[in-house]
Amino acid sequence: MTAPLHLTLDWADWLNLFGHFLTLSMMSVGGAISTTSEMHRFLVDQHHWLTQDQFNQSIALAQAAPGPNVLFVALMGWHVGMNAGSTAAALFGVLVTMVGIMTPSTIITYTAARWGHRNRELRAVRAFKQGMAPIVIALLLSTAWIMASSAAAGTGTVRDVLAHWPLWLTVVVSGLVIWRTRIHLLWLLAAGAVLGALGLI
Amino acid sequence: MNAPPRTDNTPRTDSAAPPDRPRPRSLSDLFVSFTLLALQGFGGVLAIVQREVVDRKGWLTQDEFIEDWAVAQIMPGPNVVNLSLMIGGRYFGFAGAMAALAGLLTVPLMLVLALVVLHDRFADSAAVAGALHGMAAVCAGLIGAAGLRLVNAFKKSPMPLSWCVAISAAGFILVAFLKCPLAWVLSGLGGLGCILTYRRLKA
Repeated sequence: MTAPLHLTLDWADWLNLFGHFLTLSMMSVGGAISTTSEMHRFLVDQHHWLTQDQFNQSIALAQAAPGPNVLFVALMGWHVGMNAGSTAAALFGVLVTMVGIMTPSTIITYTAARWGHRNRELRAVRAFKQGMAPIVIALLLSTAWIMASSAAAGTGTVRDVLAHWPLWLTVVVSGLVIWRTRIHLLWLLAAGAVLGALGLI
Repeated sequence: MNAPPRTDNTPRTDSAAPPDRPRPRSLSDLFVSFTLLALQGFGGVLAIVQREVVDRKGWLTQDEFIEDWAVAQIMPGPNVVNLSLMIGGRYFGFAGAMAALAGLLTVPLMLVLALVVLHDRFADSAAVAGALHGMAAVCAGLIGAAGLRLVNAFKKSPMPLSWCVAISAAGFILVAFLKCPLAWVLSGLGGLGCILTYRRLKA
């Protein structure tokens, strides 16, 4: 467990947070989840507005709940606000992060969708779509790595991996099972929750 | 809403879509439909969208769904959110897009906030903390698997496999280990991928 945070956020900080999510929104090709490693860098490493636990918990809780995965962003905003001291700030955090992550991508998508649909055979459109694929994959794998190593409370060095081998094994096995089978995700989340609650990983 | 002009000759099974084909009746129909759809989707709703919108409601044909999904992936923003904007917008313009988006997000957002409040109340419990810890490990696996699934895209890429792997590997190292800002990686390596693909597409 990392120690709880007590933040004092002024308007410049909130604006900074909002601006960061606005930028992330424009870069979220492949979904908000592909910008997660950048959120981690900004919120946890750089500004210390979120703890590792809160960061991981935001993603885990949003996955366990129904609805689009992007709601993990709302939980990050919630935690930043709670760290700043009140439920009102937490709700404000939800507003700031969700409006930030949704607005630019919504406007871009809405205005460009028809154009993209009409011109989907255009060379530039195909080049963009196919050329971005390796990066989208790299971003997803980076997120998996950062989540796993921070869940293991480590930095991802070989020693950390060995010290927390049951957790890493869980990551790899669940990844392989999800990749290769059509099992419902809830079963795996439940299994992870039980293993964790029993203190096995 | 008129179909956009076709600029290519690819066959399309729905080229003679019947005028009486199903469509959302109203903005509230869109809102309710997308709310129900979102509530069925745990850990992502894309598979559910296909089942509901194509198979059950018939708002889109399978071909239209695949084309729309491709565009939804090109655009920034969550794929399923983009898809809801496109479907809502097709029938009721901007208001329709907003109704579908609101349906997708409103109730699930309230649920997830209720969940986090509940969790915070029991945060001191070692079992609850452990359970979240275990779920985070599974989620790390889930996200990794989503990345591995996309590796199929390499087969269709005009770039040689080795280039795709090299760009992916470089991106992974830059982001996961060197903690480079995403904007640099996307514009640098992503831009490189786009330019290389563009050049290869010409041939």
